[in-house]
Amino acid sequence: MYRTLSTGKHRGASTLRRLLSTLVIAEHDTQQLTPVTLSAISAAKRLGGDVSCLVAGTDCTKVTEQLAKVQGVSKLFVAQDEAYKGFLPEELTPLILEAQKRFSFTHICAGASAFGKNLLPRVAAKLDVASVSDVIDIKSPDTFVRTIYAGNALCTVKCEEPIKVFTVRGTSFEAAQCSGGSATCETVAPPAVAGLSEWLQQSLTKSDRPELTSAKVVVSGGRGLKNGENFKLLYDLADQLNAAVGASRAAVDAGFVPNDMQVGQTGKIVAPELYIAVGISGAIQHLAGMKDSKTIVAINKDPEAPIFQVADYGLVADLFKAVPEMTEILKKK
Amino acid sequence: MALRALVGVKRVIDYAVKVRVKPDKTGIVTDGVKHSMNPFCEIAVEEAVRLKEKKIVSEIIAVSCGPQQCQETIRTALAMGADRGIHVEVSAKDYESVGPFQVSKILAALAKKENVNLVLLGKQAIDDDCNQTGQMTAALLDWPQGTFASEVKVEGEKLTVVREIDGGLETISLKLPAVVTADLRLNEPRYATLPNIMKAKKKKMETVKPSDLGVDLTNRIHIVSVEDPPQRQSGVKVETVEDLIAKLKESGHI
Repeated sequence: MYRTLSTGKHRGASTLRRLLSTLVIAEHDTQQLTPVTLSAISAAKRLGGDVSCLVAGTDCTKVTEQLAKVQGVSKLFVAQDEAYKGFLPEELTPLILEAQKRFSFTHICAGASAFGKNLLPRVAAKLDVASVSDVIDIKSPDTFVRTIYAGNALCTVKCEEPIKVFTVRGTSFEAAQCSGGSATCETVAPPAVAGLSEWLQQSLTKSDRPELTSAKVVVSGGRGLKNGENFKLLYDLADQLNAAVGASRAAVDAGFVPNDMQVGQTGKIVAPELYIAVGISGAIQHLAGMKDSKTIVAINKDPEAPIFQVADYGLVADLFKAVPEMTEILKKK
Repeated sequence: MALRALVGVKRVIDYAVKVRVKPDKTGIVTDGVKHSMNPFCEIAVEEAVRLKEKKIVSEIIAVSCGPQQCQETIRTALAMGADRGIHVEVSAKDYESVGPFQVSKILAALAKKENVNLVLLGKQAIDDDCNQTGQMTAALLDWPQGTFASEVKVEGEKLTVVREIDGGLETISLKLPAVVTADLRLNEPRYATLPNIMKAKKKKMETVKPSDLGVDLTNRIHIVSVEDPPQRQSGVKVETVEDLIAKLKESGHI
């Protein structure tokens, strides 16, 4: 009787520990950890339990070193294999399932980037659970807040799945500190190659400017710029502010700039200290991507443009005069 | 090899509508609000039709899950060029608890039943903004996935997909059968012409129940509340560029 009771107690304690184990899928390019992963780690820490990280790739050396120092991560699982070239979800999913089988995490998360959005729903379905996208707040280990309708409503959901699979909006959680951590490291043998897909190539937009989703200042242009050449005005201004340059869908569709610069519901979500919207009317879909910016500045010649309703500082002016003027004044300082 | 394509289409509140949260915080007001086909689904339909025009696809089946009104959305897909429709009927009340996982189970079951080898979906619905259904459908079928596609090419038994990723674009090759989700840049959807709308009325639409497909709609994610996001305080208009820069200096931004 006593024995049964003690076993029961023991089991109870282990269930409690189980309640508190999160696996964060690290996103990286073999050279560097993607900043959104640090936000995902912060979100994982908010759940209150043990946080582990899975690093998979063709070369994990550098990223493993970086992650081992990140505060709050207790364990690293590393899977290095040629099969992870291009980080294909068909190859990564069996690996995550394998890790899940061995360690029975209660939560699995990743940043809500193109990588995380591509991968996690596939993992969730394989685990036979529904998943939660783009979480902006964690109320408790099973209650999450996310936005719906292009950020026009906040939806609080309670997830009663045995395993909670979710992606994290990077701009809603501070990045975890990159020093002071001391995670242990374990190598994981990669499962058999799925071989359903193959990564062929990528063409990345090269830029010396800060990365859009993590920049402190963002200067964005819309249809009002009229053409691609005129975006140079924004690049010049951005240089003075050490800002990233974004765009509205109209500017991308018109071919002014590549689509990875698009800010909005279907592009990137940014929340910089300062967002300067130039020649952007402020459609619902664009606001979804930037309205959590700390300070919003709008430069637009149409005083009725909806962007002025969210702007902290609005300047009704011709951007072709105002933007160069701004650049000049900033240069003089 | 001619492909058979299944295209998922969702009926959502029109993208231009400013949505209102219900006073009891249970959801969004949908009664009497303009609905239309989710923009990403239109792009998926258009791509399927283009593949058919190139004789790569032999038949396009448009499917939608939800209440009676979804049939309008299927008719729109038929008018754009889909061959026949399947309405997976879910009562308005039950539909409230249906999420991407349940829809993906339905799509996976239909993909098998209809013996298709290409499932085309939009990358996300603009109402729930989940961006999950395609990935989940691919997982349930154990098929490869080409998400956020901005270019799709069929080359024999393989599919080459250009994907929109955070830093730019990437190209992947998938073994067919496969699931593809459309990004905005994949194509420019056509308008259905009046004659085609008339023709679409004669096209076949089958109605099935999720239970016919062996799909259980239980969702273990429950909505606790839906609320308005915090309102931004209204700002000020400045007269000149100098004023603007002075304000930004004052607030410590530059």
